[in-house]
Amino acid sequence: MLIAQVALRQDRDAFKSLFQYFGPRVKSVMLRAGADHEFAEDLVQEVMMTVWRKARLYAPERGPVSTWIYTIARNARIDRLRRASSQPYLDLDEIELASGMADGEDRAFASQRAEHVARALDELPDEQRRIIEYAYVHDMAQSEIAAKLELPLGTVKSRMRLAYTKLKGKLEVLK
Amino acid sequence: MTILHHLDQTTLLRYASGDLDEAFSVVVAAHLAMCDECRRELRIAEDIGGRLLEESEMATVSDGAFSRIMCRIDEAEASGETILAAPPIALRGGKQDVPSTLQRYIGTRLADISWKTVAPGVRRHKIALSTPTRSALYMLKIEPGKAVPEHGHGGTEMTLILSGAYRDALGRFGPGDLADLDEHVEHQPRVEPGEPCVCLVATEAPTRFKGIFSRLLQPLVGI
Ligand SMILES: [Zn+2]
Repeated sequence: MLIAQVALRQDRDAFKSLFQYFGPRVKSVMLRAGADHEFAEDLVQEVMMTVWRKARLYAPERGPVSTWIYTIARNARIDRLRRASSQPYLDLDEIELASGMADGEDRAFASQRAEHVARALDELPDEQRRIIEYAYVHDMAQSEIAAKLELPLGTVKSRMRLAYTKLKGKLEVLK
Repeated sequence: MTILHHLDQTTLLRYASGDLDEAFSVVVAAHLAMCDECRRELRIAEDIGGRLLEESEMATVSDGAFSRIMCRIDEAEASGETILAAPPIALRGGKQDVPSTLQRYIGTRLADISWKTVAPGVRRHKIALSTPTRSALYMLKIEPGKAVPEHGHGGTEMTLILSGAYRDALGRFGPGDLADLDEHVEHQPRVEPGEPCVCLVATEAPTRFKGIFSRLLQPLVGI
C-alpha cells in the first residue's frame, strides 16, 4: 500500500503516486468549496504536506486512505476557508490513536464498510445525493443549501436524515 | 457509563462535513470522546467524504506542485528537526473527569473550574474560543432539585452532561448524554436530587424566555 511505504520509509515515489491521485481531487473539492485557483493550490500543498507528516498515524482499521485524506482536507477547509477551528477534530483523533480505540473493528471491516457506503451513495435518489454533495464537497451550510434549492430548512434536514438512514441500512449486512 | 442520548443524524453529518462552528464542534467532539457508538457512526459519515473525494473530478494542478512540496520537505528536514508527526502519547492517568478533547478549554478537573453565580442555584463559566463565532460556549453547574425555566430556543442548543443528571420531557440526561435540540423544542429541565448537574452548553443565539420572572434569569443563558 502506498501510504504504508510513505509511513515506513518516507518513500518519495509512493508519495508522488498519492499526490498524483489525490492532489487534483483535493484541488477540485477546494475549488468547489469556494477557493480560487491559487488558494486551492495552496491548500493542496498544505493537505499533502500533512499526509506526508502524518502517514505513520494513518490507521487502516478506521477507514480507507481516501477517507483519511478527506478528513485532512476537511480540517484544512475548516481552518482556512471557514476560519473556524479544527482543533476539536485533531484532539479527538489524538485520543483515539492514543487509546487504540478501534472498538474491535478491523481493516477488513473498515474497507467493506466503505464499499457499502460507496454503493449506497450511488443508489441515492438525486435529490438526496445532491444535498450530501453540497454539504461535503461544496462546503455549504444547511441554511445555504436550503436557500440554493429553495427548500425549507426542515426539508433539507429530513432529506439528509433519509440519505443517512438509507446508507446505514446498507450496512446492516455487515453486522 | 450508559449513554442514552446521542448526536442527531444531521449533527453527525454537519460535523463530518465541517459545518459546525467551534462552540458546537467542541461539544460534539466531547460527546464523541465519551461515546463509542457515535464514533462508529462518525466513521460512516466520514466514509461519505472519502468516497466523494475519490469520485471527484480532477482539477489541473500546476506543473511544479509536486516538486514544490518536496522542496519544502527537504528544506524542513535540512533544518535538522523532523517534521514527521509523532504518535500521540498514551493518555495520562490520574484524577480527571473532563473529556480529553475539552481539557484545553477548561482544564482536567471539573473541581478546578471557577464559577460565577448567575441565579440562585445556578453557576456559569464562560469558555473562550479561539475563533470568532456567533455561538456561545459555557459550562453550567445547577444545584440538585433546581428547575431551569421553561424556554423555547432562539436557535440550536446543545448540552452535554458531564456529571449529575437532569430530567425533562425527553427523559433523563446523565453523564455523556447529549441534548441535541433544534429551535422548536420546548423543554423544562429539572436537576435530579443528590448532586449538582454540570454540563457543557453551546447556543447559537440568545434563548427567548417566557414570562417576566424567567426573563430575570436570562443571564443564565445570556451570551
Ligand atoms: Zn453517542
